[in-house]
Amino acid sequence: MKIARLLLMLLTFSGLYAFGPPKTINEGYSIGDLAADFTLKNVDGEMISLSDYNEAKGFLVVFTCNSCPYANAYEERIIALDRKYKMSGVPVIAINPNNPKYRPEDSFENMQTRAKDKSYSFPYLMDEKQEVYPLYGAKRTPHCFLLEKTNSGNVVRYIGAIDDNYQDATEVEVSYVENAIDSMLEGGKISIEITKAIGCSIK
Amino acid sequence: MSLFMVLIGLVSCKPGGQSRIYSFIDYDTAKPHDLLNTSYSTIPVYDFDEFEKLLRVHPEKTYVVNFWATWCKPCVKEIPYFEKLQKDYRDLGVEVVLVSLDFPNRVEGQLLPFIEQQELKSQIILLDDPNQNEWIPKVDKDWSGAIPATLIFNADKREFHEKSFTFISLEAELQGFLN
Repeated sequence: MKIARLLLMLLTFSGLYAFGPPKTINEGYSIGDLAADFTLKNVDGEMISLSDYNEAKGFLVVFTCNSCPYANAYEERIIALDRKYKMSGVPVIAINPNNPKYRPEDSFENMQTRAKDKSYSFPYLMDEKQEVYPLYGAKRTPHCFLLEKTNSGNVVRYIGAIDDNYQDATEVEVSYVENAIDSMLEGGKISIEITKAIGCSIK
Repeated sequence: MSLFMVLIGLVSCKPGGQSRIYSFIDYDTAKPHDLLNTSYSTIPVYDFDEFEKLLRVHPEKTYVVNFWATWCKPCVKEIPYFEKLQKDYRDLGVEVVLVSLDFPNRVEGQLLPFIEQQELKSQIILLDDPNQNEWIPKVDKDWSGAIPATLIFNADKREFHEKSFTFISLEAELQGFLN
């Protein structure tokens, strides 16, 4: 009888174990990780991959969108970053991670309109299968990932916000992304590698 | 001026004229840098250093602190669940606090009209502190900054959720604090 009960307990526990939640959850990239390349559709209809950029020294991958007020507040600054760093070999690659089913403002057509109206000088890609943002670990828009191209691949060097004042670009005290790109291009250490910011959750 | 603050800090009136005691907000503990008014309530505006002083435990209270904004659709969707939670559980020492992260320049045009239209009864705070990288980890070290996000705490327990709730899942979380 005792043995039967023991067996039953064992079965119960093994059952719980087998059907319990997985222990490891993919939290996305950390500093120093190699970032995967992707092939996503740009607003001009072309398919874009990081490997298309032969001359690049790195990439500023920004998960952003049409619908989020924080993304809107940073839009001009994202355009300015591309203007400033593309020539130095670090272009902006913007990716909209949202599903237009939940956020109609983030549809491909609306992305095209916005990119045209605001004269985006960088690709604005759609993460159509919503596979790229979870791989990177993007949690919100806007969310930046600075990658450095090396012989072993694209290394994640900075993750986080663009700067420390979403409300007013003229009141910014620390330009996290600019400092990170400057340090990366000089071959130096990036002093602030991870920052947090309020943003719209990705849907 | 101080009498004015104490009065607002302790008592606020619902549209029906019934007074309620708020204990999460205490202007002596944490001084707001501004006060916003709807037709029936007062909303203190805090920077994080002051707001943080309010995140203290009270021996008989469970606080449900929801970070939201009117521009955040999933946040707006779950506001009625927090309102219902406040209504159903206030007699059990539960206090819901809705911490708005709305842009200060959209307070008049969006936040205040939203509160009036929805007749929100929970205490609302405007957290106006652009240096988010400094304060987000102080709320919870694992918070990415995405909203909605909710902090539930009492003297025994503290849990942080970076996710949306249904009323059922929210109530279930709260139950874990009351047993």
